[in-house]
Amino acid sequence: MPTKKATTIPTLVAAHGKQLLESWLGLQKDSSLVASGAVDTATLHNYSERFLSEFHKALASGRLDAIGGADWAGVREFLSDFSRGMAQHGLTPSQIATFVFSLKQPLFALLSHEFKSDAQRLSEELWQATLLIDSLGLYTSEAFQKSREEVIIRQQEEMLELSTPVVELWEGIVAVPLIGTLDSERTQVVMESLLQHIVTTGAEIAIIDITGVPTVDTLVAQHLIKTVAAARLMGADCIISGIRPQIAQTIVHLGVELSVTSKATMADALQLALRRIGKTVVDRKTPQAASPAE
Amino acid sequence: MDVEKQATLAVKSAEDIVRIRREVRSWAVESKFSLVDQTKIVTAASEIARNTLDYGGGGQLALEKVRQGERRGLRLTFSDQGPGIPDIQRALTDGYTSGSGLGLGLSGSKRLCNEFYLESKPGVGTTVTLIRWK
Amino acid sequence: MDQIPIMKIGDCLLVSIQVDMHDQLAISLQDNLTTRIVQTRARGVMIDISALEIVDSFIGRMLNNIASMSRVLDAVTVVVGMQPAVAITLVELGLTLPGVRTALDVDRGLALIRRLIDDEAGS
Repeated sequence: MPTKKATTIPTLVAAHGKQLLESWLGLQKDSSLVASGAVDTATLHNYSERFLSEFHKALASGRLDAIGGADWAGVREFLSDFSRGMAQHGLTPSQIATFVFSLKQPLFALLSHEFKSDAQRLSEELWQATLLIDSLGLYTSEAFQKSREEVIIRQQEEMLELSTPVVELWEGIVAVPLIGTLDSERTQVVMESLLQHIVTTGAEIAIIDITGVPTVDTLVAQHLIKTVAAARLMGADCIISGIRPQIAQTIVHLGVELSVTSKATMADALQLALRRIGKTVVDRKTPQAASPAE
Repeated sequence: MDVEKQATLAVKSAEDIVRIRREVRSWAVESKFSLVDQTKIVTAASEIARNTLDYGGGGQLALEKVRQGERRGLRLTFSDQGPGIPDIQRALTDGYTSGSGLGLGLSGSKRLCNEFYLESKPGVGTTVTLIRWK
Repeated sequence: MDQIPIMKIGDCLLVSIQVDMHDQLAISLQDNLTTRIVQTRARGVMIDISALEIVDSFIGRMLNNIASMSRVLDAVTVVVGMQPAVAITLVELGLTLPGVRTALDVDRGLALIRRLIDDEAGS
């Protein structure tokens, strides 16, 4: 079994760099990268040249089996950037990986030419080359996935911020209408954002409207209670509005004591809030009429 | 778990508690903790440091910046050679106190961290470990 | 040793905590405040903690004590300016300070003290 016989791939790539680049570029003319319009020929030329230059540098280390090592950092960095860039153009992982895989043909051609008369040696070198190119190709897929994950995380964070709009209803009254399922993390973000708004607007009353919340579990109920308690410590009062019948039942069944002012609707809550800050809403046609009874 | 940075601080006097709060704060800022997370870990440190001082007769804090996989955080290990805690379960109950406090030190601090470990042997001493992940 | 200044405004005492509280400082503030309440016959005490970056159970207990002691001495206590992060942490710690009145800032704190004193006079 042939084992660690020094490979000639580095020497070959070094000696025939130009030829390799040209035949590789020739092959890629019809590749899906160009066909898709994601890159033009000049850019592809530039990419291929940069890859080969990094590839050449890494090969010089002689470590063809360890692309995770420090010697291959340049290649990995190039492939990550490349992958991310291509992903933004909407290319699929296989299209991106094909860029690397397409180097096989010209590289194999070089090897076949070199070892025309030594079949044993040729097969060893081809195997080495295959392993190497395969692992680099797979690396682009990994990089692709990673860039996608980064996008997802960023979007999640943006969604969290988007989903917690704290609005000023009146001078001294802020409200946060909660919509959708509340998980612990989101409730916490809401809580912090609400408390921060209380400070910046100087609002003494905060209305938390949960009309749009389908369910409330113990944890969420606790978060709500904690928000109310924290707001009180800061000197503001909370009113919870829009508690649905099911949620009221859940809260009672959970044994959570919701010692907080609650109102059926946001409108009721606003009316109460206005009264607390000393304002009343009166009908303009009949100014004598007192504000509606509670 | 990898330790990226570490320091040891004394817990011998009330001034040390203030020093510990400042040090933990600056490490939490350096670790890019959010303001709420900074406040939580600093408050927990303050609570446990006072316990170490009042009940353990003083001791020390090993402050470490740790990393586990992609997670980064702060680990605080308070240790003393005091009388120890005979009934750990009870000591972790809200409202229980052997001193004059409100009895929220241990149980409250536990809620301020992501991980909390308490080891104690009567007559040998107590070690409290807190971890807060970013 | 440094001390936290206590200012007198009308029949109110104002304390603004601007330094990192160490335990001795908290205890001496408690003592000084009660002495001043009696000396000045103050009806209200306002403690501004907007500069405090943390309130642990020790400082929480001090605030509670001041509120209880001033109540005995016929003065109302209002704590103003607690930061959101501090409030969240205190609640998580289990300290909701039910006996302590709070307000967002000094202005509202003074208004609340007035109202509380007037309510008492009215009843």
